[in-house]
Amino acid sequence: MNTFLVIFAIIAGVGLLIGLAIAIISRCFSTPLDPLANDLLALLPGANCGGCGYPGCAGYAAALAAKKAKPGACAAQKPEALEAMSKRLGTAVEARDPRVAVVMCSGDDLHATRQAFYNGINNCRDAMLVAGGAKTCTYGCLGLGACARACPFGAIEINEHHIAVVHKELCRGCGKCVQTCPKKLIRLVPKSAPIHVHCSNPLKGAVKLKACKAACIGCGKCVKTAPENLRMDSGVSLAKINYANPPAEEVSAVCPTHALRK
Amino acid sequence: MGTYISLIIGCILVNNFVLTQILGICPFLGVSKSTKTALGMGGAVIFVMTIAGLVTACLNQFLLIPFKVTYLSTIVFILVIAGLVQILEILLQVISKPLYEALGIYLPLITTNCAVLGAALLCAKGEFSLLKSTVYCCASAVGFAFALVLFSSLRERLELARPPKALRGLPLTLITAGLLAMAFMGFSGLGN
Repeated sequence: MNTFLVIFAIIAGVGLLIGLAIAIISRCFSTPLDPLANDLLALLPGANCGGCGYPGCAGYAAALAAKKAKPGACAAQKPEALEAMSKRLGTAVEARDPRVAVVMCSGDDLHATRQAFYNGINNCRDAMLVAGGAKTCTYGCLGLGACARACPFGAIEINEHHIAVVHKELCRGCGKCVQTCPKKLIRLVPKSAPIHVHCSNPLKGAVKLKACKAACIGCGKCVKTAPENLRMDSGVSLAKINYANPPAEEVSAVCPTHALRK
Repeated sequence: MGTYISLIIGCILVNNFVLTQILGICPFLGVSKSTKTALGMGGAVIFVMTIAGLVTACLNQFLLIPFKVTYLSTIVFILVIAGLVQILEILLQVISKPLYEALGIYLPLITTNCAVLGAALLCAKGEFSLLKSTVYCCASAVGFAFALVLFSSLRERLELARPPKALRGLPLTLITAGLLAMAFMGFSGLGN
């Protein structure tokens, strides 16, 4: 009983002393928070995605308050919050081109074949270690949802045919998923671009078509229809969109495999 | 005096905390990507470990030993080190803002650095005097910083090398750490 009391007294006493010391010291010495940074923090989305290049929303707010950063670096911020922030800082509102993530692959279960059954850990990065994943096309979406779990806004869904789909209306263009995808299939593109080439495989068309019926086979029809807006590099059977001047939605009608689509 | 010199050399080279006693491995692997961060972490560890060594030795000598409850050392030391780091962080922010910013995130990270707790426990186990405990902890922290800086400069060189694909990244880091530890075994004949 006596020993128990001693133990209790020592641990509780030491804890209490340290707690008191911390409380007193933080009361006496703590530096008050910058009120400007606090106001700015309230205007940020608070997802701490890190897309702005600062460590979380608080880091960006501190940099803004110290005039080391400009408003507008946050891709996830709503336009009205940006306006309020610019007003608070006394700077002009700068227009920015919103961007969204797009998964550059069409190889869902209806179109792409599998080289093996993958029965391992339900994560793209782990599946990648086993011969590059289960898809025959080694450039295809594995559909295990590493990007969906990384998305702070819940904008990516793995649909019923096991492929990642970005919901444009929810995507805020932070770029978290871009870093997560082990196949490097996700790109940030201007939200205004209506259609994209949903294929990332640079191999020859015939080879791709065996593995995936929805691949871009490099036929060049779209490039001929809209040479200003699309191009194809020599040796790579993959049409590329010129995002500075994206093609109109109608151009997608010429694509035989529907890799060029919304 | 002579005993302290051999103690210091022993802590830095012969019984190096990281490379011989395998303590504090997580910051050793985690923040050794560049020499700059390694210096920051090393400085923070020296700072905290010296003060923690003194405080825990005081506690051990004047509280735990008189009440014959030395088996409480682990839990009490964890408590004290965690609290101490908090206090140091707040004080440092006021006393020296540049130092606080230079140490940055490494200061709170030290709470979970097992080298700090390990040094305090080894002092208590060896029944060192207050001065000896402080010198031991400080010298061990210098040894930790020394190993960290050595390792980070090795890793910086490795960035430029082109190792086989299978070895790139963590595997090569671990192999390098093993080789460095083996090199430090060469000191094992020195002193005690």
